[in-house]
Amino acid sequence: MESVVFIFSLIDCCALIFLSVYFIITLSDLECDYINARSCCSKLNKWVVPEVIGHAVVTVLMLISLHWFIFLLNLPVATWNIYRYIMVPSGNMGVFDPTEIHNRGQLKSHMKEAMIKLGFHLLCFFMYLYSMILALIND
Amino acid sequence: MSAPAGLPPRPAAAAFSPVGPGGSREAAAPAGGAAHCHNGPVQSQMQFPPGYGSHPPNYSAPSGHYSQVPNKAAASHLDHQYRASYYPGYYSAPAQNVMTPSVGSNVLNAQGSQQLYNKTPPHTGGASDGPVQGAISSASYLHMSAQQSYSAFDNHYSTSVSSSVASQGFPLNSDHYAMPVVSGAMYPSVSYPPAAAGSAYGQTFTSQSLPAVGQFKETNAFSSQSTSVPHSLQQHVPAGYNTTLSTISSAQSVQDNLCRNLPGSVAKVNNQIKTGGIDSSQPVHSVSQNVAFTKPGVGTSASSAVVSSVRSPAPSLSSQPSSSPSVTQSPELALQEGMQYGGYVNNQASSAPAPLSSSSDDEEEDEEDEEAALDSSSTTSSASPVLNNYDALEGGGYPDTRSVTSSPVPAPSVPQTSKASKPFGYGYPALQPGYQNATPTTPVQPSNPGHHPGFQHYPQHYPGVNQLSSSLGSLSLQHSQQPESLRPVNLTHDRNILPVSSVPAPVPNLNSDLRKLNCSPDSFRCTLTNIPQTQALLNKAKLPLGLLLHPFRDLTQLPVITSSTIVRCRSCRTYINPFVSFIDQRRWKCNLCYRVNDVPEEFMYNPLTRSYGEPHKRPEVQNSTVEFIASSDYMLRPPQPAVYLFVLDVSHNAVEAGYLTIVCQSLLENLDKLPGDSRTRIGFITFDSTVQFYNLQEGLSQPQMLIVSDIDDIFLPTPDSLLVNLHESKELIKDLLNALPNMFTNTRETHSALGPALQAAFKLMSPTGGRISVFQTQLPSLGAGLLHSREDPNQRSSTKVVQHLGPATDFYKKLALDCSGQQTAVDLFLLSSQYSDLASLACMSKYSAGCIYYYPSFHRTHNPAQAEKLQKDLKRYLTRKIGFEAVMRIRCTKGLSIHTFHGNFFVRSTDLLSLANVNPDAGFAVQMSIEESLTDTSLVCFQTALLYTSSKGERRIRVHTLCLPVVSSLADVYAGADVQAVVCLLANMAVDRSVSSSLADARDALVNAVVDSLAAYMSTASNLQQSMLIAPNSLKLFPLYILALLKQKAFRTGTSTRLDDRVYAMCQMKSQPLVHLMKMIHPNLYRIDKLTDESTIHVNDRVVPQPPLQKLSAEKLTREGAFLMDCGSIFYIWIGKNCDNSFIKDVLGYPNYASVPQKMTQLPEVDALSSERTRSFISWLRDSRPLSPVLQVIKDENPAKTDFFQHLIEDRTEAAFSYYEFLLNIQQQVCK
Repeated sequence: MESVVFIFSLIDCCALIFLSVYFIITLSDLECDYINARSCCSKLNKWVVPEVIGHAVVTVLMLISLHWFIFLLNLPVATWNIYRYIMVPSGNMGVFDPTEIHNRGQLKSHMKEAMIKLGFHLLCFFMYLYSMILALIND
Repeated sequence: MSAPAGLPPRPAAAAFSPVGPGGSREAAAPAGGAAHCHNGPVQSQMQFPPGYGSHPPNYSAPSGHYSQVPNKAAASHLDHQYRASYYPGYYSAPAQNVMTPSVGSNVLNAQGSQQLYNKTPPHTGGASDGPVQGAISSASYLHMSAQQSYSAFDNHYSTSVSSSVASQGFPLNSDHYAMPVVSGAMYPSVSYPPAAAGSAYGQTFTSQSLPAVGQFKETNAFSSQSTSVPHSLQQHVPAGYNTTLSTISSAQSVQDNLCRNLPGSVAKVNNQIKTGGIDSSQPVHSVSQNVAFTKPGVGTSASSAVVSSVRSPAPSLSSQPSSSPSVTQSPELALQEGMQYGGYVNNQASSAPAPLSSSSDDEEEDEEDEEAALDSSSTTSSASPVLNNYDALEGGGYPDTRSVTSSPVPAPSVPQTSKASKPFGYGYPALQPGYQNATPTTPVQPSNPGHHPGFQHYPQHYPGVNQLSSSLGSLSLQHSQQPESLRPVNLTHDRNILPVSSVPAPVPNLNSDLRKLNCSPDSFRCTLTNIPQTQALLNKAKLPLGLLLHPFRDLTQLPVITSSTIVRCRSCRTYINPFVSFIDQRRWKCNLCYRVNDVPEEFMYNPLTRSYGEPHKRPEVQNSTVEFIASSDYMLRPPQPAVYLFVLDVSHNAVEAGYLTIVCQSLLENLDKLPGDSRTRIGFITFDSTVQFYNLQEGLSQPQMLIVSDIDDIFLPTPDSLLVNLHESKELIKDLLNALPNMFTNTRETHSALGPALQAAFKLMSPTGGRISVFQTQLPSLGAGLLHSREDPNQRSSTKVVQHLGPATDFYKKLALDCSGQQTAVDLFLLSSQYSDLASLACMSKYSAGCIYYYPSFHRTHNPAQAEKLQKDLKRYLTRKIGFEAVMRIRCTKGLSIHTFHGNFFVRSTDLLSLANVNPDAGFAVQMSIEESLTDTSLVCFQTALLYTSSKGERRIRVHTLCLPVVSSLADVYAGADVQAVVCLLANMAVDRSVSSSLADARDALVNAVVDSLAAYMSTASNLQQSMLIAPNSLKLFPLYILALLKQKAFRTGTSTRLDDRVYAMCQMKSQPLVHLMKMIHPNLYRIDKLTDESTIHVNDRVVPQPPLQKLSAEKLTREGAFLMDCGSIFYIWIGKNCDNSFIKDVLGYPNYASVPQKMTQLPEVDALSSERTRSFISWLRDSRPLSPVLQVIKDENPAKTDFFQHLIEDRTEAAFSYYEFLLNIQQQVCK
């Protein structure tokens, strides 16, 4: 059972890693002026909800399977994701708003955030991998 | 004499002949002349081609000549003098343009003639008094003339008008010339162009005309001389060329010597030169000096025949001596000059020291340059001739003066020569004369030393360039007038801090040359005119760094440049500007990214002076605000036509307010004035709960209304005939406009389907782009984009939270972005009496680069002031300039970066603003940060380039460049603070803050901005008493303005403010240019009942009194007085109860105070002095802004007086501090 949980987490984590990389690539495209803000934001906004869900699922899964440490590790990031999604002003077109992304260093902070998430997911990835192997061995 | 001189060159010429007619500059000149001659007066592009091949060499010579000058000339004085001397040249330049509009190369040919001309004038000036005066006057005019001439030039250019004008100058010339052998035919072609130019410019130069005439005459004489020489000249030229090459260095050295060393003996030298010139012409090669002269001699010799008549040489000589002494002092002077000039180009500055070096050094450098030139020539055939010519030119220039004396002889020898000779003779004489003229003036002025040194320095500049920039920077600082801007002001004690008249923009602490070249503060302002070196220093200063732009401002003078290649930096794409440095003839260094770029061949030719080889004198490099006509490289699609779509609300509410009448009336009146060409299209959509379209297709007997009631899925009933050609369907349009106001009088429809109407408008516009003008009178209540009332009237005067400053839906934002993508802008006119959620509606304009107008409680009859305002705004709105499918890019020197933009637009990429439309009333602001330390540069530059399609279907680029010094000390940063710009930028930031965070945050941030910056300042000035509130003089108005901002509608709390009013004020802050914004924040108050003639100014023959600014405080209001408050968009005239009856009678036209009506919006024309003064003052204020403000007369017991008193921001109100209390509050926080 435990191995199944971690295998699922591992797959989910991989998806999140790819998502983070995609965010970074798209944002840096915008930074380099390869795409315009409008298309960049509409691309990214599509993936904000899947990201929130993907991460929330893992977090909940960890809570259910009583892996407290991993759960607590994931909780702040999951909370931040949800908070960010909820706090979007009513007039904005999503977490990434084309009219504001170039203002007040938003692009940079988005980039930084994506980087941090990438690092976090990588860390999680190896933790899940380790736990999965451990679980498989125990089985 | 001339003959001998000419002869030596000839052999050389033969050698060079392959290159083209002009090996030497002389040769070049002749060649040009020849070309002209051959071509004849007509001088068309056609003609040029043949000449063209040969021309390059010719040109090259001039370029060389020029190039030296420029480098040296870096000093402004030089330029001026030069220009002055060439001033005639300018004249001629336009002519050239006319002549050879299309081809740059062709122009080159013309150059020869031009130069000659230009130069000649100076010669003529040769007469001691005449030339000098001319030079001076011309110098003074230089700037103006140049610009004006430019514009004129442009016109000519485009129109290719021409020759008729030219003739003016000629006739005179011809008379003079009679002497010379020159054939009249010859002259016309060559010399005329300049004359024509002169005529073109005539307007500009009228004042100058006198000197010009004199010059022209002389020039003519010269030309005649030249003409005599022509053919021989060509041959000679090559010869001269060779010799010049060999002797170039020597020639230069000679020149230098003359300038510098000779000073003491100058007179003698000159004399020698004169005499020598004659003699020397033969020996040419033998002696460097002689050679140099000889060349000139040659050139001059040709002209010499004329010379005798001219006598100019003598004066010139005299002038030289005077100048030379100054030169001798050179080391110091040179340094100074270097500094001054160095400023011109950062790099060049370093070169300044070089001038000091001995003549020998100069020679060496010259040689190097020559070598370089040769090298370049090897690479490019054309290039090499240039260099040679260059040297030759310089030499020639000097020789010319001498030659003048000697000249008579040569001319006879050459007489047979025809065309070629002219240019030859002309070119040279002109150069020298210019110099000579300059010199005479110089002795008195500091500038003259610069002149010579500049000349000499030229070659030397290159090495030192980089060093110079830094040294310059520091030097300039030392010179700065810091004391005044840094003078500590005790704010709590000093109560009268307002200036007498308007607050001037601080002038960047640059040397005078750069200052003159710098962008006008009206279009481009920086919050800190001294840029801090590092972000740390900026943080310490606690002042925001940013720019305030008004890029599309209506300008009275704008150089427009038509050029097939627009010179830009290859790496950062910066447009060439006055602050780049020319490393040598062929290369320039970008002032933003420091990349070294090549100067394209075409850029070597200067259409203004019609000369070749002086890229630094191109209008692009002489003006910090220029406009280019862009080529097809700058188009993604063919330029769009002007397309206007009017979307009108016709619901019951709208009909009730009666705005339709005013709109239709204004449109009818201005239909012919709508900017556009023959392709202009126009369309109308009206909406209530349905959307109505109007088929105005040509051929219909009357407009056809098409109603679409399916507002959930809007479609266009007849896509082709809704937007129609304005000219073809004008009658139908007029019919519609006449019928519209009455069409809906009985409507009972109260709903408003704004969203669907906008979607339809977008669909209609998307194929072309253009402008959508939306008139809305209520909250949209149907279909997409419907809004709900969010305002709680009980919260209007809340001191705590103001909600709903942001949009309620992203519908309008998305729509705006869609529109922006299709090059469509949406302008919103909101005429509502109730809450209409402007915060949401404004998005449609904010992100599509539109503009927003708001008329609260609009009613045509009940609120005549608003009705009048709408009428006036519409007039301006419909007729003002407009740019379509525009983009604006803001570039700044490496190390600086832009991180936030304010204004109405969509930021498409990091530094590219997408502006579907741009209008002259739009202002922008950007915030910047310093990413890399600026320690290795002394100047930073900012450039905005606005690419747009004019209403005539032309693609144009308007470029503004601002140059500012970098400083390393905190005190300097404060000294350069531009308090108005700081306040405006803070206002923009505060708007953002109140939307993204809260109003309270924004207010705190504003107060903290004052507290922090004053605290930081006081901590730097250790000698100040901590218990007092001290501000540097540059920031003394800072607390006052911030208080005004806190009491502004946008940010005030505690006073009842309707949400829409507040949001509108915020929109204004983001999109108004600085001048208008400042009046909104801090109105100007004048006392007008005792206007006197003291300190009046004269505008257009009208005497305008200038009453002093009053504090915005009730203490200044007396019951005996009358006051005018200028709030930007509205004028209040407040009449005191005991106001002088004579004032009421004379100015207001009523017998006494009691009889003045409550609503009075106009001043009668009474034939009395006080009335005249008042009206001229008010109309003067009105003329200074695009929107004609509404006038409102307010009596003391008038209910409208609260509108007036709310602007008295220094007084205490229930909810806000008085100014003094505010200061105490700040002081408390500062001292904490």
